[in-house]
Amino acid sequence: MLYVVIVYLWAAILLYLLLGGADFGAGIIEFFTSRNNRGRTRRTMYQAIGPVWEANHMWLIITIVILFVGFPKIYATLSVYLHIPLTAMLLGIIARGTAFVFRNYDAVKDDMQKVYNRIFIYSSVITPFFLGIIAASTVSRNVDVMAQDFLSAYIFSWLNWFSVTVGLFTVCICGFLAAGYIIGETDSVEDRQFFARKAKWMIVSAVLCGALVFLASIKENVPLAEWVFGKAPGIFAIAAASLSLPFLWYGLTHGKAIIVRLLGGFEICMILFAVTYRHFPNIVLLKGGGHLSLIEHQGQEKAIVSLAWALLIGSIFILPALGYLMYSFEKKKPREA
Amino acid sequence: MDNFIAARSQMALSLGFHIIFACIGMVMPFFMAVAHYIWLKTGNEVYRDITKAWSKGVAIFFATGAVSGTVLSFELGLLWPKFMEHAGPIFGMPFSLEGTAFFIEAIALGFFLYGWNRFNRWFHWFTGVVVGVSGLVSGILVVAANAWMNSPAGFDYVNGQYLNIDPIKAMLNDAWFSQALHMCIAAFASTGFAVAGIHALMILRKSHVTFHKRAFRISAVFATVAALLQPLSGDISAKDVAKRQPAKLAAMEAHFKTEEKAALILGGIPDEKEKKVNYAIEIPGALSFLAHGNFHAEVTGLDRIPEENHPPVAVTHYAFQVMVGLGTVMMLISVLYYITIWKKKSWLEKRWLLKLFVIATPMGFIAVEAGWTVTEVGRQPWIIYGVMRTAHAVTPMPGIAYSFYIFTAVYISLSCIVAFLLYRQISMVGKLYDHSVEPINAI
Repeated sequence: MLYVVIVYLWAAILLYLLLGGADFGAGIIEFFTSRNNRGRTRRTMYQAIGPVWEANHMWLIITIVILFVGFPKIYATLSVYLHIPLTAMLLGIIARGTAFVFRNYDAVKDDMQKVYNRIFIYSSVITPFFLGIIAASTVSRNVDVMAQDFLSAYIFSWLNWFSVTVGLFTVCICGFLAAGYIIGETDSVEDRQFFARKAKWMIVSAVLCGALVFLASIKENVPLAEWVFGKAPGIFAIAAASLSLPFLWYGLTHGKAIIVRLLGGFEICMILFAVTYRHFPNIVLLKGGGHLSLIEHQGQEKAIVSLAWALLIGSIFILPALGYLMYSFEKKKPREA
Repeated sequence: MDNFIAARSQMALSLGFHIIFACIGMVMPFFMAVAHYIWLKTGNEVYRDITKAWSKGVAIFFATGAVSGTVLSFELGLLWPKFMEHAGPIFGMPFSLEGTAFFIEAIALGFFLYGWNRFNRWFHWFTGVVVGVSGLVSGILVVAANAWMNSPAGFDYVNGQYLNIDPIKAMLNDAWFSQALHMCIAAFASTGFAVAGIHALMILRKSHVTFHKRAFRISAVFATVAALLQPLSGDISAKDVAKRQPAKLAAMEAHFKTEEKAALILGGIPDEKEKKVNYAIEIPGALSFLAHGNFHAEVTGLDRIPEENHPPVAVTHYAFQVMVGLGTVMMLISVLYYITIWKKKSWLEKRWLLKLFVIATPMGFIAVEAGWTVTEVGRQPWIIYGVMRTAHAVTPMPGIAYSFYIFTAVYISLSCIVAFLLYRQISMVGKLYDHSVEPINAI
């Protein structure tokens, strides 16, 4: 049953990155859009994400619940040492979630819209940035459970070049996901070209940030290159991701939404796989060589078993409903009133 | 500010904020479902408008409730890592199930809010009902987790180890039913009175009276039924607390001395040093009766409980008085409302009845906050009653005070914006739902 839980944990993280990420990306694209085009960006994007956007963020809650029920030691340690970036991310989530709904549901459309927009855009960039920082911190061997002073316990645990570059990389990925996703949502050729351009920009930035991540990993002594290129599966994953890039580019240029979505998701899966599979089941690497492992630090058996059943039974309800929700708003045009 | 006090304040603030949004998010869908049903059955467009107007409020409250709930799931660890490290696997069951319920609620809300004119009308109505039911289930599950902190079950505590854990037993602890029942009814009463009060005010101002009268009727029925049921569930809760958490009951009642024929204390100022209550009205034997169903029963006082395990008496006592006082007022208003409906139809035209409802607008939510204070402060100094002290659970990270200040600023601004948005929604009723103009689709 432990492996059922681990699969769900991995799936929840991946889905949050893909769906929640595309959601953050909507704000990121808006951030990188010239003022004149922002209105158009907004309209197209929010028609697409409006109905599904609450659901997209549930994956984060599922991830957290799996961690604290199944792996409480891991949850507690991260909560203590990554308190500051977690709080920053939470503030981002609050600002973003409320600003999005407020601007939609303010009965009067006046200058307040500018306030909501600004909050939404900035928090859309900040939140995934800190998510990236948190993710990087779990493996950068800077979380020091022996630390005696404030700085090394609560600041340098997450503040270093490696984490910051991963944060930037995450922002680019989210932007790309949003732009790529939206291509299939718009009927206008002009819009499609506009978002394809954005997606390409985001890919270029992601590749550049990816290079920076590698440079930073050398500086911070994170054996990233060894993880990714040390063994055949990692090399294979990265090769597959790189080889699919030209096809992705082709899909973007010709407005092939299906290709873009499938390959976009595939890229993210491969990257996530390549950087994590080598140290599995250790999901947190600590300073001084220690680690927190999904196997050694699992909760008591009964907790894992009941969690696994709760997840399995939950899926029976959630997945068909979620699938139908996405399908409905994809295919069905509004009926005449 | 002391780190521990800051952590407790931040938790209290976050829960106190979330509880209002959660209540509205789980109750309003039922009001909407009724209005929506009447519209589908009768074709009376006012009911469609009411449904749409309410659904916009729900969207605002749901989103705010969802983000503040997400924050709470992190705050449990950020502020109380030691607690979560041990409690997580034990009381995690309701949270895992709540994940599903909440997910379904979010999906159904997507269907409902964006589904006008897209789906079969009854399917659309049904998704609205699903929002309400799954919201209510979420609420019950979260309260069950809180109940576990009051009534720990499903594990053996041996030499500081938590052994033989049983998540199902932990979820179905002794307190879950009485607490969940009390909270659900409270959610209906508080939301009902708040909504009814706002519509009553608009009727008094003679603005779009048809619209507001019908909206008032639906919310008032929910509010008053809940307010009439609440004392019964309160009685179940009190008897339950007397059995499981005598220290909490003693603090609620500022009952310092163990005695038979214990008096019920109304009001008064507890003096914790002198161990007495000044200026209170005492009803002899009433506390024994309420706690144990017998006027002569012995009620444990704080003198039987070691000093270091005393909850703060004054806060718990005042909060309890506020809750019961407001509950009683709401119950009386409800009685009056039903006398009006069944016996004195002419009162329906009177302004004083509406004015009463306007005055009662915030009462339910104040009572909810007070009740929450009773159950949380009354559990102190324990985070897991009798097992782990709150002070031992707090994060080692210093400087939580700053985090508390930031969250205070955020939640105060959010409350202001939500109030502002609500005000705008209400004042736009005329423009949005005036049928001389062409009909407007939701969003």
